[in-house]
Amino acid sequence: MPVRFRFAAQAVAVVLAIIAIALIPGMIELFAVMQLTLFAAMAVLALSLAFIWGFGGILSFGQTAFFGLGGYAYAVAAINFQDSTPAILLAIVVPSLFAALLGYFIFFGRISDVYLGVITLTVTLILFNCLNSTSGDGYRIGKALLGGFNGIPSVPTFNVPFYPAEVLSPEQSWWTTAAALLAVFLLLRLLLALPAGRVIVAVRENEVRASLLGYDPRLVKLLTFILSGGIAGLAGALYVNWGAFVSPTIFSLSLSAEIIIWITVGGLGTLLGPIVGCVLIEYIVAYIGSQQALNSNLVLGAVLIVFVLLLPKGLVPTARDLLMRLVPAPKSKAQLADAQALPSAAPSHLAGAE
Amino acid sequence: MAIYVILALDVLNGISSLFLLCLGLAIIFGMMKIINLAHGEFIMLGAYATVISANAGVNIWIAMLIVAPLFVGLVGLVIERCLIRFLYGRLVDSMLATWGLSLLIIGIITTIYGNTQQGVPTPLGGFSIGSYQSSYYTLFLAGMAIAMMALIYGVMRFTRLGLIARATMQNPAMAATLGVNPARVYMSTFAVGAAVTGLAGGLLAPVSGITPGMGGAYVAKTFMTVVGGGAAILSGTMSAASLFGAVNQIGAYFTTPVYGEVLVFTAAIVLIRLLPQGISGRFFKGNL
Repeated sequence: MPVRFRFAAQAVAVVLAIIAIALIPGMIELFAVMQLTLFAAMAVLALSLAFIWGFGGILSFGQTAFFGLGGYAYAVAAINFQDSTPAILLAIVVPSLFAALLGYFIFFGRISDVYLGVITLTVTLILFNCLNSTSGDGYRIGKALLGGFNGIPSVPTFNVPFYPAEVLSPEQSWWTTAAALLAVFLLLRLLLALPAGRVIVAVRENEVRASLLGYDPRLVKLLTFILSGGIAGLAGALYVNWGAFVSPTIFSLSLSAEIIIWITVGGLGTLLGPIVGCVLIEYIVAYIGSQQALNSNLVLGAVLIVFVLLLPKGLVPTARDLLMRLVPAPKSKAQLADAQALPSAAPSHLAGAE
Repeated sequence: MAIYVILALDVLNGISSLFLLCLGLAIIFGMMKIINLAHGEFIMLGAYATVISANAGVNIWIAMLIVAPLFVGLVGLVIERCLIRFLYGRLVDSMLATWGLSLLIIGIITTIYGNTQQGVPTPLGGFSIGSYQSSYYTLFLAGMAIAMMALIYGVMRFTRLGLIARATMQNPAMAATLGVNPARVYMSTFAVGAAVTGLAGGLLAPVSGITPGMGGAYVAKTFMTVVGGGAAILSGTMSAASLFGAVNQIGAYFTTPVYGEVLVFTAAIVLIRLLPQGISGRFFKGNL
């Protein structure tokens, strides 16, 4: 469809999303708002992996390493400063630095696919083991006790920037989290539309050709990795804000696996898909948890297998393809508003996605 | 003096259990380039098969050495036919599907047997060195590791079956033109890999706590050992298992078990950074 219409449709979608975010707390009960806040925080995490995996071609099995580091950085800083403003910044900076270190080690060592998976996985396990063994009074950073397996309870939640006394209400927390999700989404959208984003996709498509064109794939991948680490760290801070609690299980392998499931279900190579997949799967898991009839592992496993075998493209790209077939030449604005539900990557982006 | 003998036995135990645990994964990865992330659950199934049949009155040795591999091998066969055969050559998809499979198996076992710990008593007695105790079962595990190594080497090196398997591994298209059916070779390889994993699960059942989620503790360690070892099934896995098993036990001896694990993980990262093709990609090229 014409670029102009697409742009207009996307703008309409963003405005609609903002309106929805603003109105939601007035329409549903508090518990549901809290749950949506959690989903939004997880969706930020989903975006962080969707970006490096779908567009950078880097499948990290240890995205929770950055998520957890962000959570711990936020918790420790918030306890020490009693103000969430610098804590949120630290929650982005610390995982980014860690990603820079790890990424330098990985990409400048030209480590790829399976080997990259092993390294990210083991780093996550190292962090888990180390933090797990920090029980006792000896392990403290400033005023914050690390607490080993029990984690850090009663972490201060977000406050109005620089006013530690003005703690955000659950509704305000929802607005902040959802706004962060939207901001991350738009940031990544923008980045992918810029020449820099094209280079990232080019490196995914063909590393040799990209380097022959004068780009350094190692550097491109490293920068992608750092950005993704920072986003995952932000997600960690949002998550800790939601629960006011952080423990080593934040590094768990099952969460790492779940992110990968969200993206597979929603659609790899898109940005909207992982958000859809994340909310859908998290909702299903929460629903099963409240029913006790079925085991959530059983359902998650079955869903993942079905998607890999029968719907490898995921929900969002499949839905888009169907819509494109139904609406060969969009005529009215209304139809466009429907079709914009899939503003993500242009089809060319998808070509090489696994 | 006695303490060093015990330490040596611990190291031997660590190496042989790690080798046994990895062997099935290495067979599947080395021959078919499929990373089976449900490996930990195959181990769990082997352990469950052993415990349940032993508690039902089957002799423990039969339960361990025959029931467990047979059952898990059959499960592997079914899984290969229903799932894996659609995923050859799609490394990432096969990882995702087997990850889903692992969750599914955990879910099924939890639903049937509940999330509780099971166990069987350790057969064979113990002996003492100085003032320390050790068990004969440790020595038995080491013996089994050596026996498995010899068995697989023998089959792969000296039988027609092994020749076909190695040929398919090297060049499936060429093997197919010579009349081998690669699909069938892959099917049996997967089943054999699963059976070997089931055997490992059965052998470790008496010395580990058995829960539906126990596989998670093994999958990262075995995954990392197999990848660190590289493509050669025996030499690669053996060298990586020796390295990581020894680092783990010695590290645990001098610090705490937690830091022993951390040391292993660090060693794995450094190893992969230095030898991106695994140990056997550098030192045992072309070996089994």
